[in-house]
Amino acid sequence: MILVQGLRKSFGATRAVNDVSFTARDGEITGLLGPNGAGKTTTLRMLYTLMRPDAGSINIDGHDAVLEPLDVRRVLGALPDARGIYKRLTARENIEYFAALQGLDTAQARTRGAALLSALGMDAIADRRCEGFSQGERVKTAIARALVHAPRNVLLDEPTNGLDVMATRSLRDFLRSLRAEGRCVLLSTHLMQEVAALCDRIVIIAHGRVVANGSADELRAMAHESNLEEAFMKIIAAAALSDGGELS
Amino acid sequence: MSPSLVVYLKECRESLRDRRVLLNALLLGPLIGPLLFLVIMRLVVGRELEKAERPLPVVVIGAERAPELLEALRQMGLEQRPAVPEVELAVREQRVDLALRIGAGYAADWRAGRPAEVELIYDSSRREGGSDVERLRSMLENYSHRNGLLRLLARGLSPGIVSSVTVAARDQATPQARGALLFAMLPYMLVLTIFIGGIWLATDSTAGERERQSLEPLLINPVPRDRILLGKLMATASFSMASLFLGLLAFVVAGHFMPTEQLGMSLALGPHFVLVALPVLAPLVLLICVAQILIAAFARSVREAQTYLGLAQLVPLIPSVILSVLPVKAQLWMYAVPLLGQQLTLMRLLRAEPVPMIALALAGLVTLLAALAVFELARRVYASEKLAIST
Repeated sequence: MILVQGLRKSFGATRAVNDVSFTARDGEITGLLGPNGAGKTTTLRMLYTLMRPDAGSINIDGHDAVLEPLDVRRVLGALPDARGIYKRLTARENIEYFAALQGLDTAQARTRGAALLSALGMDAIADRRCEGFSQGERVKTAIARALVHAPRNVLLDEPTNGLDVMATRSLRDFLRSLRAEGRCVLLSTHLMQEVAALCDRIVIIAHGRVVANGSADELRAMAHESNLEEAFMKIIAAAALSDGGELS
Repeated sequence: MSPSLVVYLKECRESLRDRRVLLNALLLGPLIGPLLFLVIMRLVVGRELEKAERPLPVVVIGAERAPELLEALRQMGLEQRPAVPEVELAVREQRVDLALRIGAGYAADWRAGRPAEVELIYDSSRREGGSDVERLRSMLENYSHRNGLLRLLARGLSPGIVSSVTVAARDQATPQARGALLFAMLPYMLVLTIFIGGIWLATDSTAGERERQSLEPLLINPVPRDRILLGKLMATASFSMASLFLGLLAFVVAGHFMPTEQLGMSLALGPHFVLVALPVLAPLVLLICVAQILIAAFARSVREAQTYLGLAQLVPLIPSVILSVLPVKAQLWMYAVPLLGQQLTLMRLLRAEPVPMIALALAGLVTLLAALAVFELARRVYASEKLAIST
């Protein structure tokens, strides 16, 4: 369970994140939806403790992200925007490296790694060096290594970026299976179809702040639109208007 | 397993699979110093020896006036060339390097026991000719002196009366010391090997991982960043140390092929040198590797990191140049200066001179402290938020 309260982060004069609050519950897939540059990646980076917020609080399974970053990282699996893998290691070695860094012993790392490789349909390429991997194979490897310690909370930054239809489909199935296991899944995306297909709860971010928060039905009702995409556009436009009003 | 060890093992495994790293750190790096030395030594020594032994071609004018003189000169290595007309002009125009003219009155003067004149015609502004002129002059003086002594004896006088002072040169340089002068650059070559051994892993540890987008995922693991830094440092230092070890072995092997004996010198390049040089240089390996990692952490890309580290390689040249140009006497404080201390120690080892224990301890301790200080700096750079983020 992830509780975010009043999060702020600036880079110089730029306010990347300006008052973001939301809750991501266990057994649900929560989507951070917003246009490019809305502050989704910065928000996630603060959640997985790569960055310290200027203000606000993050609580993940009872651990404060600022005060106990190592505890937070233990209950968290993250697929960052940067998903480089070591191309001179095999997929299995990449996964077992992160397992060891998470504190798993060799036997645990073996079993967990093998289970994830199977679950992601990677058995055939598990012992190949990642050098010539396709985009989809690289993303799967990155996801497997992020989840090798079976974290209760899973953060994914634009997980289907660059994937073809087939890979996207199997990734969505995999995320649904994580939800079925009772995990808390939080993903960021700028794709409407993604949230519509996957998410139980949608947090719309624009200009560094949360402009709407609810299930797909709630958002449609809020914007008086039957189409989710139209609702999204309307909410974003309204937020831009209120921002503009603030500026003048 | 400790996280530092996990990082260490992964870095080593990955680097051992990288042909570029292997080629540079474990082959080119250790071999370039000894090879360069071998080539330079062979060239320099070969030229000196060749000069001393090859025949000296000289244009001789009026050779028929002094057949005995020419016979003596020929025995000393002179190669007689036929006379040319207007020899002064020929020398000025560089058609002839060196000419000897035997004067018209030579035979008459010689028979009368008067000093007989010969002329050397040469151009002293030509650099190459200098040693040839000296060689011919000393051949002539040799001949003159010998015949002068014979004339004194013929008149019943002791040859000793023409030498009021005799000079006996006794060079106090031991053969080893003379060799070490030529080898003043050898310590630098070894330090360079340390640099080359570490450069790939140091670059890869931050700039490389960031460029390949793998630094951010790595830092999300529940491991304090200084533990990751420590693992990366140990891996870098291991490759650097391996490079140094191979470099030392290569020098020992190369030492057998160096024409040191032809120059009458010897170098203490035996197993003893390797055994002492390794522990002496180990703290320096740590210092250089952690400095490389620190420098690379500031770079925005691998290419930039390599540029910085390439420039950093020139720093150890400073003590080498100082040591080879200024014949400074080693003071104890000099051993406390990282780089300088190790280079002084290596020079003494090569000359087979003992190094005081206190100097060894001082050099090792100060260098280790410096390595710790640089590690602390690197730790702070690693803790910064910007480290992982490439965009």
